[in-house]
Amino acid sequence: MTGFTTDRLGFTTDQLGWKPWLAPLAEHELTEAHREALVDEARAASPYFRLLARDPEILHARTKTDNDIFYNTKGGLPRPERELAATATSRRNGCVFCASVHARFAAHYSKRPDDVRRLLDEGVAAAQEGRWRAVIDASVALAATPSEFGAEHIEALRAAGLDDLAISDTIHAAAFFNWANRLMLSLGEPTSDRKADQ
Amino acid sequence: MIDVIDHLVGIEPDSPLDRLRDRRPDAREHAQRGFDALLTPDVPGAVSLVERDAVAAFVTGLHSDPRTARFYADRLAELAPELLGAVRLEIEAGSTTGPYGTYPADGPLAAESDEGLRYRTRQPEALGSRLAAAFEHAHLLVFRPREADPKDLRALADAGWSDTAIVTLSQLVAFLSFQIRVVAGLRLLGAAQKETTA
Repeated sequence: MTGFTTDRLGFTTDQLGWKPWLAPLAEHELTEAHREALVDEARAASPYFRLLARDPEILHARTKTDNDIFYNTKGGLPRPERELAATATSRRNGCVFCASVHARFAAHYSKRPDDVRRLLDEGVAAAQEGRWRAVIDASVALAATPSEFGAEHIEALRAAGLDDLAISDTIHAAAFFNWANRLMLSLGEPTSDRKADQ
Repeated sequence: MIDVIDHLVGIEPDSPLDRLRDRRPDAREHAQRGFDALLTPDVPGAVSLVERDAVAAFVTGLHSDPRTARFYADRLAELAPELLGAVRLEIEAGSTTGPYGTYPADGPLAAESDEGLRYRTRQPEALGSRLAAAFEHAHLLVFRPREADPKDLRALADAGWSDTAIVTLSQLVAFLSFQIRVVAGLRLLGAAQKETTA
């Protein structure tokens, strides 16, 4: 928990680094159980995941949940809109690091970098067309504590053409980033030097 | 063993929501494993079972979803009934609406700063210093995660929380933030399904 100069970062699609405020496990400290908890071996290089590896069981559950919500492409919400829900949630909660990663994914998969840029620059209330509007509004309502998600959000998602699986995917993608944002925001901070991490 | 999300939503076997959840089998399985790892660990390790249930009762109480809050309050009532009154008092003291929080005054997001309650425990002596510190941190994570700072982790360390215990505590609050939202979202989706088929 040593202090260092904090970068004052705004929302961006630039690649950022992330510096932990607590000591991650060292790579040589990782046992077989830790590596299994990381799910993807390459994550052993990441201080964020090596910090979470201090509690391997919940890290494993977190990662398997994350992967199915975002990468299971059997029907449901198209990948760009899952990334949009992640970005809108991160924008609302104030997680600059999470927003940068998922804004890049959203822009890449949707081929709509200008719309993503507007979401980052102007915030969740910035103008967006129908389907994106519905996904962003649902994500923002779910980010509220207590939840402000209501029947009107489900109606808007249906009106935008989402079936029940796609609506469930929207709920899960937004809900998951309420998990991810809180870890990223409270266990370390983003840095403009991407070599610090990832 | 019950599936907690099914239980809190009220999902019956072979109902439309049951079949919907089966389309994302890993997310379904590992959301439950996440609960197991955090609330019913085989080896509680750095965070005691009472601490886990007390923080869960506090966090879910702050979200004002009666069914979910009741479920976690009942767990605490079974394990540590003497804490229930103190936790109820803290929920009352901490209840507000979020997310909010200030951004660094010298940074690009200063204009979006949004002041709100910076909760301090009302009766720290009833909770003990370790649990009181955990409640203050949990409230920060629930309502103003964007304000998290290394000094918040130092406050936990000063109250006896090890680095590993802080990771587990953070995961507990973050995971519940996810579970609560999935439950709220699926419950509304289920209600909308019933309306459509009625």
